[in-house]
Amino acid sequence: MSATEDRLTNDLLRPLFNTSWRFYVLVAVLSSIVLAGLGAFAFQMWRGFGLTGLGWPIYWGFFITDFVFWIGISHAGTLISAILRLVDAGWRKPVTRCAEGITAFALMIGGLFPIIHLGKPWLFFWLVPYPNNRLIWPNFRSPLVWDFFAISTYLTGSLLFLFLPMIPDFALVRDRATGLRSKIYGVLALGWRGTTRQWHNLETAMSIMAVAIIPVAVSVHTIVSFDFSMAPVPMWHSTIFGPYFVAGAIFSGIAGLIIAMAALRHFLHIEEYLTPKHFDNLGRLLLLMALLWGYFTFNERLTVWYGNHEAEVNTFMVTQSGTFSPLFWTMVVVNFVLPVIILGIKRFRTITGCVIASFGVCIGMWLERFLIVVPSLGHKYFPYSWSFYRPRPTEIVITAATFAGMVLLYALFSKFVPIISIWELKQGAHQPHQPDPIEDVEIAEAELHRTHA
Amino acid sequence: MAYRWGMAVDLDRCTGCQACVTACRSENNIPTAGEQQASRGRAIHWIRVERYFEGEFPNVRVKYRPVLCQQCDAAPCEPVCPTYASSHNEDGLNAQIYNRCIGTRYCANACPYNTRFFDFFNPSWEKPLHLQLNPDVSVREVGVMEKCTFCVQRINAAKVTARGEDRTVKDGEIQPACAQSCPSKAIVFGDLNDPDSEVSRLAESPRGHKLLDDLGTRPKITYLEGR
Repeated sequence: MSATEDRLTNDLLRPLFNTSWRFYVLVAVLSSIVLAGLGAFAFQMWRGFGLTGLGWPIYWGFFITDFVFWIGISHAGTLISAILRLVDAGWRKPVTRCAEGITAFALMIGGLFPIIHLGKPWLFFWLVPYPNNRLIWPNFRSPLVWDFFAISTYLTGSLLFLFLPMIPDFALVRDRATGLRSKIYGVLALGWRGTTRQWHNLETAMSIMAVAIIPVAVSVHTIVSFDFSMAPVPMWHSTIFGPYFVAGAIFSGIAGLIIAMAALRHFLHIEEYLTPKHFDNLGRLLLLMALLWGYFTFNERLTVWYGNHEAEVNTFMVTQSGTFSPLFWTMVVVNFVLPVIILGIKRFRTITGCVIASFGVCIGMWLERFLIVVPSLGHKYFPYSWSFYRPRPTEIVITAATFAGMVLLYALFSKFVPIISIWELKQGAHQPHQPDPIEDVEIAEAELHRTHA
Repeated sequence: MAYRWGMAVDLDRCTGCQACVTACRSENNIPTAGEQQASRGRAIHWIRVERYFEGEFPNVRVKYRPVLCQQCDAAPCEPVCPTYASSHNEDGLNAQIYNRCIGTRYCANACPYNTRFFDFFNPSWEKPLHLQLNPDVSVREVGVMEKCTFCVQRINAAKVTARGEDRTVKDGEIQPACAQSCPSKAIVFGDLNDPDSEVSRLAESPRGHKLLDDLGTRPKITYLEGR
């Protein structure tokens, strides 16, 4: 092992072997917020759903907003990782695992909301097709059942996609650690020895997963958008929702990734590996997505206004200049104006600039989902049933708990897994030599025959 | 031949007296929400009387429109339900099966008429209202959706009686609570598959229209209104 490789390994494994008291404080604080959220959920089940701010006819509010938001954040991993892997962009290497981690955890959190928001959460498994004593399948025409399939497929896929490239790094930890820790990582490393055949299999599996996960990711958020666009509700029933949601999801996903990377860089002291170059590149991507989001929003709104359907225009006006307008214009500023100014001007596209823009985008994209869900339900066809929604403490605590839960899962992840793919970085250090895997296998097999003979 | 239950509501006869609302509440064991919960949108009205004002002062006309589940033939609430809690029954009614419902509330969002209601708490009645529950109607527990059933318990009772007497249900034999209590006889209920029933005759009336007809939900309630 060369000196650079040794330093690289030491730098990136440091968080796994050294833990400061600050980490324990962070985990304690975050865990207590998560526990508060669990408590709120338990209390809501015990007392009834009336603890939320929902009421006739606005039956979806914070929980569905959170659901769409977190599923959106989960699109960070796929785009960065899978697409950049496929085009073999060299700069992606330190970024991929941070991104894939976000995908896995955001999906786990987002996937909880369809359960939390149920009137009878303890019966959530009725959404799952299995032979049962009721002798009925779930209704395959319901977008909520599509959601179940989409999210479970995406979660399975992204967990595999996250786990596969961790195997060589688990083996590295196994070899460096002692005692119980060595045993645990040994199990996780699945008998990795680093033979040419194993490398070849890993590379093949990664290429297959990278290709497979992209259509899954695109379909997931399209199906989430179907939850809205399939219903005859003003400003939900729109054909633009599929691509609009996918673009918004990737947009917020990149923003989430930039925030996570900046935090990792700061707290784990890996400034050398996550460089301003990475933030500059991701900043450009975020800029592209901001422009795309602006285009979609303009499109969606213009057709509604021009189409001039009575119920739709009522919903349109209430977001544009009515009760929801402060939220709407905040969204436009933090989702479009702010990122375009900060990221469009090279001088501002620093790490700090990118992080500020990303926080703006996360807030803006949460508001976007809120503005899709609530105003439409509150302004359906009959003015008699127009209404307003104000969240109540249960919903706010549970929402806060999911943000804390995300940070907690991510902090623990960075503690137990090298957050930057060590073997991929090392591979990068050996560039430009690209071994031909097929040739290598042939050589390895030939060698194997020789030793047996 | 199967029944196809429908209704006609004559808006020119409706005085907005709310008798139908009260009758529906006591027939169908609808819980009372109380002032605070009602202000948060938890009041349940399977039928409501919408009040609209037309014109500018002093030439104002007030209009009343009783709105209940339209029992649509192409009901948006049905395909979106993941558990078939909201489904069509053999009489063409949009049945709501309470113990299949897990409370996604998607049906209520999809319903353009906002005639579906969620039970935010377990039901309760202020004394002495708890003594007047109807034994023929199940009481809904927390976390499920409920809505107008066209008084399905009365429909079923009449069908059983008719079958026992080896005949079909006669026109006017079934009256939902709202129709029964309407002092101006604005609400007429009956079988749309029977061309001679009063409701079929009214459904053909030139004064008739469907609510939000352009959405393509094909409601089974016809509203009659002079032009």
